[in-house]
Amino acid sequence: MEWTRLTAHEAHEKLMKKSLSSLELTQSLYHWIKNVDSKVAAYLTLTEEEAYQQAQWADERIAKGEEVPELTGIPLALKDILCTKSMRTTCGSKILEYFRPPYDATVVRRLRESGAVFLGKVNMDEFAMGSSTENSGFGITRNPWDFNRIPGGSSGGSAAAVAADECIASLGSDTGGSVRQPAACCGVVGLKPTYGRVSRFGLVAFASSLDQIGPITKDVTDCAILMNVISGHDANDSTSVDIEVPDYKRALINDVKGMKLGIPKEYFVEGMDRDVERAVWEAIKLLEQWGASIKEVSLPHTEYAVATYYIICTAEASSNLARYDGVKYGHRARGYDGLIDMYAKTRAEGFGPEVKRRIMLGTYVLSAGYYDAYYRKAQQVRTLIKEDFDRAFEGYDALLTPTSPTPAFVIGEKVKDPLQMYLSDIFTIPVNLAGIPGVSIPCGFNGGGLPIGLQIIGKHFDEEKILRVAYTYEQRTDWHLKRPQLS
Amino acid sequence: MKIGVKDVEYVARLARLTLSDEERDEFAVQLNDILTYMDKLNELDTKEVEPTSHAVPVKNVFRADGVRESLPREPSLGNAPEAEKGFYKVPRIIE
Repeated sequence: MEWTRLTAHEAHEKLMKKSLSSLELTQSLYHWIKNVDSKVAAYLTLTEEEAYQQAQWADERIAKGEEVPELTGIPLALKDILCTKSMRTTCGSKILEYFRPPYDATVVRRLRESGAVFLGKVNMDEFAMGSSTENSGFGITRNPWDFNRIPGGSSGGSAAAVAADECIASLGSDTGGSVRQPAACCGVVGLKPTYGRVSRFGLVAFASSLDQIGPITKDVTDCAILMNVISGHDANDSTSVDIEVPDYKRALINDVKGMKLGIPKEYFVEGMDRDVERAVWEAIKLLEQWGASIKEVSLPHTEYAVATYYIICTAEASSNLARYDGVKYGHRARGYDGLIDMYAKTRAEGFGPEVKRRIMLGTYVLSAGYYDAYYRKAQQVRTLIKEDFDRAFEGYDALLTPTSPTPAFVIGEKVKDPLQMYLSDIFTIPVNLAGIPGVSIPCGFNGGGLPIGLQIIGKHFDEEKILRVAYTYEQRTDWHLKRPQLS
Repeated sequence: MKIGVKDVEYVARLARLTLSDEERDEFAVQLNDILTYMDKLNELDTKEVEPTSHAVPVKNVFRADGVRESLPREPSLGNAPEAEKGFYKVPRIIE
């Protein structure tokens, strides 16, 4: 078996049995990256020197017979939105092309402490704004299942790297679907935790009331392993919640008997992709056969989620991105007339078109005379969307939906029509607005061999139930074992 | 039209963004489309609805006002486009 194909838990077993060293595993991954990344283009930065040091350190600890955490010696790829001390962090933007953070994000520190190996930083839509990774300032990433198609976004580099076996697992971030939708497009597992479950300290901010960091992995067990490491309260993020973190591996129960699963009827609308509809319904029927009770449920405000989201996220983004002013870090324009002109030219040169569009939209909806009509209105509708979920979860353990209305689309297809691009997140956005957790797992392929994702949504801080449903489905199907042909 | 070229210019000034003429014209069309789509929210009567700013209850967090370690000056200034004598350097703002 190729080592690059291993999951984290499989690799951990081999490391413990000493039938494989972290150094060998890391070397074979870099070797494979050099073979295939010219086609996939998932990585923005490779950090070989540091990775080999981390691998050696892991091997030394294991050789001493130390009891080591499961991620010790496991090579990971990090979305380039996570601050890594002294290691280039671009956020997919020219404005941060040479930025080297003076500190680690809390999740990065936790991974370091658990002994993980960092292979490098992976591509993304600029400032995580996009659903296709086409908005990166550093080129597009391709879907390993079909190089003419997008890998999803904004964590497209993470999902593509996991699907192409260019890393063992990865971390992404999810503001409106940016972990789950690329996971669905690339046929891997992606989980967005409850808002406040994972510290956002050192995550470059896009929309602070929606952003969460989440794992992208080859299977559900690895998802639980990463959640165990990254979850928990952090004094450096006052929105991280101080409640006990369960052992998510104990949620990996291969049984759904007696679980109540709801099917939101608003997520199965006229005109959705036939293959997606078929694959998702087949998954639902299997879960029913295995003893879950399945009933239709209504989330009546679903159709307002995209409009609500694009008011709130652009408003928050316009404020968060005000910090890129050419003073403290990042690009500064040359040839300007005074301070204000320096700001405006720096930002004009440093930001790409989608980021500018969202800053413009966010500035508009917050501007005098429009605040109540747009921003306050959206916050009120956000309440209604959240209440839809609160009501649904009174009677259900989890909800099942497609992750995305279509499989991966063709590169360039939606670039000129931002509204169409925004609508590709229609099934993932409501989950962020409500702050609840959601996981996407592979549940089939369309006629063209493109992966399809099943989304499982849970209530606040109930990642365990959605992991249990995901694990049961995964253990009894083999979609997650399929791999794209790359060489 | 919800937003015209003049509005786009005004918003760009607020956002500190220099736009080319092409960008300005393109944004006028695209923002108009997006804002028209957002009018959908007016179908809902929200007079009695409380706004949500965070989906999970967030409260103010205090810590003791004690001295603790902070980022040293060197790495803090390390990413600045221009720094001098331990300060960030910006264009002259006082005549």
